[in-house]
Amino acid sequence: MAFPSSADRQALTVTSAKLVIAGGFGVGKSTMVASVSEIPPVNTEAWMTQAGESVDPLSDSSAKTTTTVAMDFGRVTLAPDLLLYLFGTPGQPRFWPMWDDLCRGASGAVVLVDTRQLDASFPAINYFENDSDVPFVVAVNLFDGKLTHSLEKVRDALCLDERTPLVTVDARDRRSTAKTLVACLAHTMKTTPTRA
Amino acid sequence: MTSNPWVRPYVLTGGRTQTNHQLYVHTLVSSSHFDARAASKLTPESRRLYDRVRLGPQSVAELSAHCGISLGVTRVLLEDLASTEHLQINEGAYESPFDHRLLKRVIDGLSELG
Repeated sequence: MAFPSSADRQALTVTSAKLVIAGGFGVGKSTMVASVSEIPPVNTEAWMTQAGESVDPLSDSSAKTTTTVAMDFGRVTLAPDLLLYLFGTPGQPRFWPMWDDLCRGASGAVVLVDTRQLDASFPAINYFENDSDVPFVVAVNLFDGKLTHSLEKVRDALCLDERTPLVTVDARDRRSTAKTLVACLAHTMKTTPTRA
Repeated sequence: MTSNPWVRPYVLTGGRTQTNHQLYVHTLVSSSHFDARAASKLTPESRRLYDRVRLGPQSVAELSAHCGISLGVTRVLLEDLASTEHLQINEGAYESPFDHRLLKRVIDGLSELG
């Protein structure tokens, strides 16, 4: 085999990091991914086995062994050798195995919340509080650019632990999204040992 | 999904659903050279993946999405392609996603973006 050129060696040293954007259906996850992604958010259908079994009545009687899940993601090139990937979770809680898969190796997660439908994001908060080691922050999506409830009230309504940061974001805005992602990573730095 | 609807996913992977290496959805895959003759010997799915990697380092999820091959199958096929040295799986410069050097670099990059 020929020696790889310097460009090829460079390709091999490119590193990626991942953040997960979670939350209920329609809270703005795709919008948030799109606001910073340099590629059009990719909507893909991933396949998995068995995950739907307990909830799909069909699977009892049929030979259905696969479930199709849609997820979307985006990419941001932060440096020639560093790519950041953002993954939106599938909204429905029945896709937990998919969530585990998406969260494995993530540097942090943002749970997006819409104050008009707080309950839509309860399962996501539960997941990160109880079933995941990925540090997370909660971000209230300002749909009309303004906060309708004080953050304190939102924290109460969500029964959110004091140690979990609660911030606001305009998911449509690139700068606002970037700021929220920074807050998320800063939280990870704060809650993990220096040499993790 | 654009794959042949008559071919079940496990047929493409010889029944395998697991990979030996940890392949995250964001793990990067790259190739150091493209060998057209080697490509012509691959199955259509593997060839699509091999072709696509020519564009530059890409994540497992991107390859899956763009080639229309489900994630599980993509993982198995990519590992096969790596074991036959058609392409390389980037190990990543940091051992942990919580490595503070990595976090700091991502924070700095995002701050410049804003």
